[in-house]
Amino acid sequence: MSALLEIRGIHKRFGGLHALNDVSLSINAGEIYGLIGPNGAGKTTLFNVLTGLYQPDEGAFTFNGKDLFRKKPYVVVESGIARTFQNIRLFANMTALENVMVGQHVRTRTGVIGAVLRHPKARAEEAGIKVRAQELLDYVGIGRRHDELARNLSYGDQRRLEIARALATKPTLLALDEPAAGMNPSETEGLKKLMEKVRADGVTILLIEHDVKLMMGLCDRIAVLDYGKKIAEGVPEAVKNDPRVIEAYLGVAPQ
Amino acid sequence: MNFAFMKTRHGKAITYAVLAVILALLPWMLTGGFENGKSWVRAVDFALLYIMLALGLNIVVGYAGLLDLGYIAFYAVGAYVYALLNSPHLAAILPAWLIGPNFIVMLVVAAVFAGMFGVMLGTPVLKLRGDYLAIVTLGFGEIIRIFLNNLDRPVNITNGPQGINNIDKVHFLDIDFGRPMEWLGLTFDMVHLYYYLILAFCIFIIFVTLRLQHSRIGRAWVALREDEIAANAMGINIRNVKLLAFAMGASFGGVSGALFASFQGFVSPESFVLMESIMVLCMVVLGGMGHIPGVILGAIIVSITPEILRDVINPLQEGIFGRRVVDPENLRMLIFGLAMIIIMLLRPEGLWPSKRRAREFHEHDEEAQA
Repeated sequence: MSALLEIRGIHKRFGGLHALNDVSLSINAGEIYGLIGPNGAGKTTLFNVLTGLYQPDEGAFTFNGKDLFRKKPYVVVESGIARTFQNIRLFANMTALENVMVGQHVRTRTGVIGAVLRHPKARAEEAGIKVRAQELLDYVGIGRRHDELARNLSYGDQRRLEIARALATKPTLLALDEPAAGMNPSETEGLKKLMEKVRADGVTILLIEHDVKLMMGLCDRIAVLDYGKKIAEGVPEAVKNDPRVIEAYLGVAPQ
Repeated sequence: MNFAFMKTRHGKAITYAVLAVILALLPWMLTGGFENGKSWVRAVDFALLYIMLALGLNIVVGYAGLLDLGYIAFYAVGAYVYALLNSPHLAAILPAWLIGPNFIVMLVVAAVFAGMFGVMLGTPVLKLRGDYLAIVTLGFGEIIRIFLNNLDRPVNITNGPQGINNIDKVHFLDIDFGRPMEWLGLTFDMVHLYYYLILAFCIFIIFVTLRLQHSRIGRAWVALREDEIAANAMGINIRNVKLLAFAMGASFGGVSGALFASFQGFVSPESFVLMESIMVLCMVVLGGMGHIPGVILGAIIVSITPEILRDVINPLQEGIFGRRVVDPENLRMLIFGLAMIIIMLLRPEGLWPSKRRAREFHEHDEEAQA
């Protein structure tokens, strides 16, 4: 299998804090790749430098053969990486449908002139945006809440809406930052099914999650970060039994 | 009130037709109904100019959520561009083909120029939000005014504090908007002619704003206001979308300013003080940020109320005290300030908010009560 995303030697420093220290990963097309690690290990920072919200100091990102190192977020999204946020960041006072419509911004073209003249092409595009948004809401299972303001949705539905909005950008790689955080077991189970569906539809998933049980059952491969360094990588079983991973999570047993 | 009938297609058509008839007859109702009708039409003309300004600022503040306290600068730019190209002031220096261009061309030039100033303001403040942005925009507004005040030396461009006089009236479609015209047995005075002219542009701007609101661009603006980081991560080019908001808002201001200059026949820096920026912001906030009918209502109320007070306070004072106790000018600001405070306390979402904003504020109440 060829690597879809190649992350090589990424460094990110915040003043004295070395948040990412020579992190290299390669994610294959079609897999669900898990990223775990204790709090503050640098998982979200990796997401932020990958999606262009932060500027990495050194390293390289190659996605689909394209260089994405230090590119602006809209360039990253356009080349096919979409993300969600650990602390949900929806457009709170827009409806669920409008949120997903915004997600399609990068794949649509109508500008000021098209909007004002509303020529047939602009009309068709606008109608398409609406239809597609509803389809995506149905896809993640909240189609009936389309007219609800995002902030009035239940927690689990907000998570789903964030995924729908990210999918609206037509990504080849979907980066999910702790999508199951704060969910009850049945919501988590539903989320797992949704992720499997997304993968089956050809989207590669990069997943940060604390729920180890979920990760073991879902991921093809897992990498572990600790203090900004990758300390392990491999299939879930191997990672689970890696002494360094156990040490990072539990500390060393006193002798 | 029941507006339900207006929702049907038939009802909508009837509403628009009634509105059109009222708007067409308004100046005649005013001149026919009041002794000083002409000054009332004049007040309405200004209200229309303010509606354009408020709609322009609404794009920046209401949609994109960028607090701009120097908005009047764009009105000034439009007004001065018109004034410089349509008055004897620079006629001797500028090449002849530049002086007194076609009216439509002129307005496009004013809009483009103001839009460029919008980008000029927008570029350095791309990373700023909230109070910091407000301070920088305030400074920008003042800089423009002070420039206009001082650009009479070493080369006299703006004629300084004296302002520019003898600005030509609009000549368009063989109509001289400065001269009374007989038509259908009616005498169209300058205020009447300008009423229809400004109304036409006002409707055009309302149309453009409406179209933008429900478009890919409009949604991007609102997303930007709601959460800039999320908008960024959704692939919206924050820089372009922000600059577009500044430029669009500014160009509306420019059109309004150009019409103002030709209507007034005179511009000076005094017309573009900070208080004017604040007034336009009041119109937007008072009416209902981000909601076009609300913003229009806000502009009408804020610009017409002082005129009404002027006509009401004096007779009232004389009736009660038998003489004039307070100058209406002083009372005006007092009453206006009080009204703003009361409205903002009782209806923080504005007088006529959008459904979105009404829900936003209303649900907080429900949560508090629950």
